[in-house]
This record gives sequence, structure tokens and C-alpha cells, in this order.
Amino acid sequence: MITYTASIFNGFFTLAMAIQLDDVRRAAHLARIAVDDAEAGAALAQLTRVFGLIEQMRAVDVSGIEPMAHAQDLMLRLRADEVTETNRRERFQAVAPEVESGLYLVPKVIE
Amino acid sequence: MSNATLKELSDRLAAGACSSVELAQDYINKINGLGKSLGCFITVDAERSLAQAKAADARRAAGNAGPLTGVPLAHKDIFCAEGWLTTCASRMLSNFVSPYDAHVVELCNAAGMVTLGKTNMDEFAMGSSNETSFFGPVRNPWNPDTVPGGSSGGSAAAVAARLAPAATGTDTGGSIRQPAALTGICGLKPTYGLVSRYGMIAFASSLDQAGPMARTAEDLGLLLNVMAGHDPRDSTSLERPAEDYNRSLAQPLKGLRIGLPREFFADGLSPDVRCAVDEAVAEYRKLGATVVDISLPNMELSVPVYYVLAPAEASSNLSRFDGVRYGHRAAEYTDLMDMYKRSRAEGFGAEVKRRILIGTYVLSHGYYDAYYIRAQKLRRLIARDFVEAFRQCDVIMGPTSPTTAFRLGEKSADPVQMYLSDIYTIAVNLAGLPGMSIPCGFDGGGLPVGLQIIGNYFDEARMLNAAHQYQLATDWHTKAPAVGQG
Repeated sequence: MITYTASIFNGFFTLAMAIQLDDVRRAAHLARIAVDDAEAGAALAQLTRVFGLIEQMRAVDVSGIEPMAHAQDLMLRLRADEVTETNRRERFQAVAPEVESGLYLVPKVIE
Repeated sequence: MSNATLKELSDRLAAGACSSVELAQDYINKINGLGKSLGCFITVDAERSLAQAKAADARRAAGNAGPLTGVPLAHKDIFCAEGWLTTCASRMLSNFVSPYDAHVVELCNAAGMVTLGKTNMDEFAMGSSNETSFFGPVRNPWNPDTVPGGSSGGSAAAVAARLAPAATGTDTGGSIRQPAALTGICGLKPTYGLVSRYGMIAFASSLDQAGPMARTAEDLGLLLNVMAGHDPRDSTSLERPAEDYNRSLAQPLKGLRIGLPREFFADGLSPDVRCAVDEAVAEYRKLGATVVDISLPNMELSVPVYYVLAPAEASSNLSRFDGVRYGHRAAEYTDLMDMYKRSRAEGFGAEVKRRILIGTYVLSHGYYDAYYIRAQKLRRLIARDFVEAFRQCDVIMGPTSPTTAFRLGEKSADPVQMYLSDIYTIAVNLAGLPGMSIPCGFDGGGLPVGLQIIGNYFDEARMLNAAHQYQLATDWHTKAPAVGQG
């Protein structure tokens, strides 16, 4: 009985979640990557293959399992509240595409 | 000279049989010859290397030399090294001269080691064949028509071709072990948290771990002794007392319990690889080890789980490359949004973009629980399988990779085929365990096969002991490709 329910559930999700061209465009926008129609189409074909692989995750019942975010269940450390970094602005800005008077330059965003 | 191991070079330098400058020059000559045709390096800077070698010789003359002072090594181009071009094999960082050192580089420098150059790799460490590099592929020194594996393919090929006695690598899903296997060298991915990730360009932060690549188990231990250590700048770096990872090398293997996971020997494993691994296990029995049949029932899910978690983390980590503070900026754009989008479209290669898109999708509204949280739950099941397995055995052994080196271009059309070449290595990263690969034979075409040894958390010394004892009894690790001889 459980197997039967699970298989319906799996089928539902596989269908509901098949990735569409609009999903690719939306993800590309969220990720701030320019894609033209040809690139989006090619990406869709490849992502469909990858998500075919990912869908295998549905084969296992995960109810009651705690998500594991990290290899070791670490506690974040607190450090002493003291200065550890020196000002190295010039070194760091030497590798920037465009700087002026110690500021990073970008196109105007406020009129 | 370039056929010597790290240990032998260390001994020769200590005995005054050669200078560090002579050594560095010798390797640089080979790198500029054979290294070029194999595509092993992205950056070589002889002046910088020789200055370091000179300083190492002076340090030795002053009586302050450590075991690896003056010994050369190559760094994977994922490690920031001050004053060195550090590209991560991406167009995005093709103009990035690092203003600081990674912790690993800092430690190697402090030990007096000499940087021979920065090795080629898959772009942002995303790949299993070294074909995604912006700077072109690396060729396998055993057969230049085949790949060296990836993502630490340049480091692996350089060590195999005797262009460097050792190299650093990083391993997120197999990127040290798989190329080590495909090029016939040794590579170790330590327990997560042993080596600092500071200055190591991030791919998937909960999985990334740096480790040594060399020709013998003993050399791996020597280099790991330098690379490991607490670093407050990496919040996941563990605070543990320093240890000598080579302390148990001489211990006999009598009574060692080796777990062989059924799932590692199922369908999809090439018969030649299976045969070599079986023979290695037989050798271990001769050395006094016993073999236990174990199971890692959820291992099959490690590839799908990894291809949710790693891209999710990557999409977040790689958001820092926006063409503002460093890296590539598009020449033409209309506004800020357009500048971001074009800079990233131009700066990243196809595989990197693919993984950013997967990651962005699985983290986006409506899919987060179905993909990301589900994958994290499965990650726990996979990790638990290992906990269970280590109740019955001391180390786990199996193949590192299902096949030997494949041909360039063979798997580049289908990402899924490429992803499956890490089927035996990924689970180890998900669990955060240490894993290593050592050479254990050849296939019918003369290409090397790797034996994977997986240890329990912090059990690197025992793994190195097991590997070293095997290397005392066999000579696979001494075999060199024809191009690397002489």
C-alpha cells in the first residue's frame, strides 16, 4: 500500500517538475547570466538530462530525517572582538575593473 | 633527478647533494618542454620560483631548514598565491593577480617549499576530465588522446609526468582521487575541516577540501603534515592538535579489517578495473588483512544528491563574480543589470553556467524543499551508511573510478555521463570522510587503475599506513609513463 502511494507521489512530482524553457530563463535572470534563445534551448536540453538524474532522489522515503547541512555538525565559533585585518584597499583595488578615488565604479543606478 | 620522490629530494637537499636552485631549474626546464605539450600548467614564473629556491638554499645554509625546505611543488590554480596569476581556469579570473596567499600556500611557503607554477584544472573545479578549462584541456601523460581526469587534472598529470614531485589539489566530489587514479599517482582528500579553505576559490563550501597529490603514500603524509592545521579565517577549520600523519607507516597490517562495499563492485564497473582492484585486495590479504563484506545502501543516490547540493552552493559562491571588484567585466553594456549579466555570460564557461543554473533553480521559491532540503536529508542517510560500515571494518576499499582514462571529447556532450564518473568518490565528500587513491595496476591498454581507500574521520594516519605497506610489497606506484622517464 505504501509503495503504491509513493509511486503516485513520485509520478506527480516528475510531471509537475519537468523543467521548462521559462524556468531556464528565470533561473538565468536570477543568476544574472545573459542567455539568448539558442543558449536557453541548449541549456534546457542538458538540464532536462540532469534533472532526470536528480529525480532518482524521490525513490527513498526521507520522512523523519534531519537535513544535513555540513560534513561535521559544527558549532560556529566566536572570536575575540579585535582588529585582525589591516587596510589593504590599494592592493585589493589594483585588480578591480574600474576604480576612482578609492571607490569601485559601476554604471549609474540612481538618476 | 626529477624521478625522485619528495622524500628522496628532501634527503638529497639535507645531504647537500644538490641545491634547491638546481632542483627548481631542472623541473622548470621540463615544465617548459613536456609540460607545454601536455597543458599541465596555466602559469609558470621561473624568476619567482628561483627566488624562492635561492631563499630556501640560504635558509638551509643558515641551519634553519625543515624537512621540505627547498623542495619544489606545484599549486592547483584554485589556490590564491600572492603576486601569481590565479585564474581557477576561468576567463572570469584570467586577469586576476592575487593580492594574498591561501592558507595552504602560506604554510607551504613557511615550510620553505618552492612553487613551480600554477596547474591547469577544470574551470572553478567543475568537471571530471579537465576539459572545461578556459586555457584548454590537459592531456594524460600515459596516452595524450585521453583525459587526465579532473578537476585537479593539471596537478595529477604534472606529478605523473615527473614535472613536479608533488602538487596540491582540491576535492569536492572526487577531484583529487579520480585524476590521481587516471594518471597512476597517489592523492589524498583529508577529513573535511583538516585543511583551511581560506584563499581556495570556493566551489561547494560544505564539500571542498584541499589535499596532497604525489607519487607515494609517504610523500602524501609529508605534504599533509605541512598543509593541515587550524586557521581562524575558515569557520569550518577544525581545532585539533597537530599530528604526524606518517607516524604509523611502519605498522604491520595484520588484523586490519578491510570493508568491501557490494555497491562498489556492481554493474558499471569496467572488468579491467575490477580485476586490478581484486588483485590489490588479494595482496592485502597476503599482508595479513581480513576482508569484510559491507553495504552502503544509499550510495547510488550520492550522484543525484551531489548534483543538487554542489550546484546550489556554487550558485551562491559564484555570485561574487559580478565584474565590479575583480575579474572580467564586459566591454559593452547598457546599465548595471546588463553589466552583471554580460560580464557573467562572457566570463563563465558552459559547464559553470550549467551548474549555476541548476543551483539557482533548486534554491528558487517552490522548489527548495523538494530538491535542496530533500538532498540534505539524503546526505544524512549516506553519511549514516558509513558510520554503520565502520562498525565492521577499519578502512573501506574499492575502485576510485569505474573506468580508466577515457578519450578527450568522449563524455563532453552528455553531462550525466561525465557526472557518473565520480560515482565511487562523491559519497565520501558528502559524509566528510577522508579518502585516497593509489595506483594498483593497469588496464589492457596500459592505462593506470586506482585503488580507493576510505577511512573513518581523522584516520588519515591509518590510511597512509595501509597504502605505504602495500607500496612496500608492490611497485605500481613506481611506474612512469614513457614521456616522464629519464
